[in-house]
Amino acid sequence: MNEITPDLSRLERLEGIGCSRKRREDPRFIQGRGTYVDDIHLPGMLFGVMVRSPYAHARIISIDTSKAKAHPGVHAVLTAEDLKPLKLHWMPTLAGDVQAVLADGKVVFQNQEVAFVVADDRYVAADAAELVEVEYEELPAIVDPHKAMDADATVIREDLAGKDVGAHGARRHANHIFNWQIGDKDRTDRAFENAAVTVKQDMLYPRVHPCPLETCGCVASYDAIRGDLTVWITSQAPHVVRTVVGLLSSIPESKIRIVSPDIGGGFGNKVGVYPGYVTAIVASIVLGRPVKWIESRNENLTTTAFARDYWMTGELAADTDGRIKAMRVNVLADHGAFDACADPTKWPAGMFHVCTGSYDIPNAHVSVDGVYTNKFPGGVSYRCSFRVTEAVYIIERMIDVLAQKLGIDKAEIRLRNFITKDKFPYHSALGLDYDSGDYEPALRKVMKAVDYDGLRAEQAAKRADPNCPTLMGIGITTFTEIVGAGPSKSCDILGIGMFDSCEIRVHPDGSAIARMGTISQGQGHQTTYAQIIASEAGIAASLINVEEGDTSTAPYGLGTYGSRSTPVAGAAIARASHKIREKARKIAAHLLEVSPDDMEFDLDQFRVKGDPARAKTMKEIAWAAYNNVPEGMEMGLEAVDYYDPPNFTFPFGAYLTVLDIQKRTGEIKVRRFYALDDCGTRINPMIIEGQIHGGLTEGFAVAFGQELPYDEQGNVLGGTLMDYFLPTTMETPHWETDFTVTPSPHHPIGAKGVAESPHVGSIPCFSNAVVDAFAHLGVTHTGMPHNSYRTWQQLRALNIAG
Amino acid sequence: MAKKTAVSFTLNGSTVDVLVEPRELLIHTLRDKLAHTGPHIGCETTHCGACTVDLDGQSVKSCTILTVQCEETQVLTIEGFAKGGQLHALQEGFMQEHGLQCGFCTPGMITRAYRLLQEIPDPTEEEIRYWMAGNLCRCTGYQNIIKAIQYAARKLRGEVVETSHPLMAEVSL
Repeated sequence: MNEITPDLSRLERLEGIGCSRKRREDPRFIQGRGTYVDDIHLPGMLFGVMVRSPYAHARIISIDTSKAKAHPGVHAVLTAEDLKPLKLHWMPTLAGDVQAVLADGKVVFQNQEVAFVVADDRYVAADAAELVEVEYEELPAIVDPHKAMDADATVIREDLAGKDVGAHGARRHANHIFNWQIGDKDRTDRAFENAAVTVKQDMLYPRVHPCPLETCGCVASYDAIRGDLTVWITSQAPHVVRTVVGLLSSIPESKIRIVSPDIGGGFGNKVGVYPGYVTAIVASIVLGRPVKWIESRNENLTTTAFARDYWMTGELAADTDGRIKAMRVNVLADHGAFDACADPTKWPAGMFHVCTGSYDIPNAHVSVDGVYTNKFPGGVSYRCSFRVTEAVYIIERMIDVLAQKLGIDKAEIRLRNFITKDKFPYHSALGLDYDSGDYEPALRKVMKAVDYDGLRAEQAAKRADPNCPTLMGIGITTFTEIVGAGPSKSCDILGIGMFDSCEIRVHPDGSAIARMGTISQGQGHQTTYAQIIASEAGIAASLINVEEGDTSTAPYGLGTYGSRSTPVAGAAIARASHKIREKARKIAAHLLEVSPDDMEFDLDQFRVKGDPARAKTMKEIAWAAYNNVPEGMEMGLEAVDYYDPPNFTFPFGAYLTVLDIQKRTGEIKVRRFYALDDCGTRINPMIIEGQIHGGLTEGFAVAFGQELPYDEQGNVLGGTLMDYFLPTTMETPHWETDFTVTPSPHHPIGAKGVAESPHVGSIPCFSNAVVDAFAHLGVTHTGMPHNSYRTWQQLRALNIAG
Repeated sequence: MAKKTAVSFTLNGSTVDVLVEPRELLIHTLRDKLAHTGPHIGCETTHCGACTVDLDGQSVKSCTILTVQCEETQVLTIEGFAKGGQLHALQEGFMQEHGLQCGFCTPGMITRAYRLLQEIPDPTEEEIRYWMAGNLCRCTGYQNIIKAIQYAARKLRGEVVETSHPLMAEVSL
């Protein structure tokens, strides 16, 4: 151990940016003292249970609630008829559509909410739910989105009759939601006509579910005397929920308090407002008692927020050296029965237009059609930033398809097409401005770390050996993400710009409270946010109390999803810290009787330039802020910042995986996964690594097992953890992580956000590896999930399997 | 409303008496009647392990056992691990090795890992992976959970242990 310099020990005490600080959240979680929504018990609390439709598409002939209401311990049974006088039987969705809170005349997906039973406890409520008698007349269900716009297709949304313009423009059919296009179609078409080589590939990104370990739920408590409504809710965006509840209920927002307590994972599942929240609030207002609604796992997997379900056709045009000249993408998006996509309002396909990826593609055009089907609504960003997962999947698959067609190595083709460092900030053919990137060194670092040439040599040897029991696949992705939504000029939700916020108050003793408009669901904001303040304002992180999630104390913010906490709230935190620092500079100058310009900031103090012995620590300055400030200055030491980002941030990565497929059985073993991520400035390396492990595991789950299949009647076949794949310790591979640092030029501390990258980047990496294992046999694509059975079928089709 | 039955068992060392319906599940008794909200409900089908408790020296998923089956048993939940303000080695390990993120699976994970280390004080990584396969985590990818259990195993065997995430690893002046 070297002798520690005084400065290093001060830096260590500060625990600022770059430190692997242990998490402040952990003590309560490791002792079972977290407060998740189902841990909240209020005096007189009742419990609500949903009655749900067994059919995917049916007319409701009648609902008889009399037996349920007569059951001892039952307080209310709500149906759409009860909500109609309040105009609450329908609610707006984030995508500009409307959604039935309780089925109004017909049901349009299996497990749709039909009635809400409120009783003394969850057992009585479940008993009474069984007694609600609903008579249905079954209608044909549309399960295949390709048939949704057939001439004779049954109409799913009768409430939209005659509306040939939706929230995103013209509708061509009763089951059509929108057509969205971006890019120069004519130029792109011409580039394809003149290209030496073109490739085309259809692919489905299957319907999956974020499936956090905690399901959705809330506790609604209306105080009729005070006229206050408090709702504890597992929400990733509590302020947005407050605004929605205000719009729906006509209660002023000043009388509504939304609290996001500890959240057991979100992954995009907890952004929207679900019918259960609305009915619990209504029940609490009507009954004057707190009402809890917690969905079961089956309800979670079949009703709240699916992700993906994109049927994509990708095309690339290139020269014979593999340099890409143009990209064309057509998408058929299955949105289910209500368009409840969680995207910024103006973007019906989210940020899908980042699909030109890390490559310098001069021409591109994208067209997306959204359609209604008899499936539950959603289209959320499952560990992703608004359809970026789909975008990255298509470009990373397509570039491999092109490489195979031209016989070019899959790493080499990427090196030939990368946007070079000198081209940043880079304006993409689809209108995005990439802030910064340095792609080639990242890929080269990975290739060196895994001995890429050695792996390819091993693969060639195994391909040449007919007795080799396995097929070996090497998958590469070099992806660019778009996160940190977003600039309010282009991104809003319900008309509210997607800014975020921070408020810091420094107390007289030099400790501080800081509050933000985001909410952690495991990201460790209480830990990392304090690190930003520590570095930027010179207050030791251990003295900073970070609070989020209570709308009555936190400043308004748009919440945590799409990796936006660090890029947006993190920037607000840095800027609020700088405001504190500048006021502190003036106070320090006043105390030392020098000009503020003669002061310099040093870790946790201000000192006089050229005379470092004369200094005032932030602790001393904080005390002075409450009793001895310069003439004309307000007392106190606090700052608020609302940050509207000038641009998104564009983290990137280079991933490589090696896997072996048993020829006899189709079993796949991931031998190695090497993930290099560049998220700009790194705040807490331990937490970054943990998030990358988690994202890779969720990527592994999607690539190898997760799907929500439907049968022809619209029955969802993946509704419990018996059917829906969550990897365990036994399947999950070992992860290797690495990094480069390319700071964002427009972010106050250069940080970009990271937690989605591993999910977004790993899924095509796995697919690329599986296809690569078969590439020498002429296979250009196989669909996800790559489970053993499907892989075995592929082997059988190629006459390889035993 | 079914007739209720009185059930007595030992919870984290203290005797408790509760009145329950025969159909009541232990997880609901613990959480709703006994204010022990550490064990969580994640799936209701015995898959996820968030509700794991230790019952008479065995790991049990409390979402699929009836409270009436627990008469005169010894039940240990996450609330029984820290003693006199001192964290259990497993709790320390999870914190030092970043074995948790959202924290929802953590009580079940620690309770299950406790049983593993009772049976196998020096487990291999393969043994840890096998023993922990009934506990799902959606945040961590398990790698740091395994490290946390290894940390605790070493500490319980009296070895000096240090975090593999040193505070200042990436910081330079």
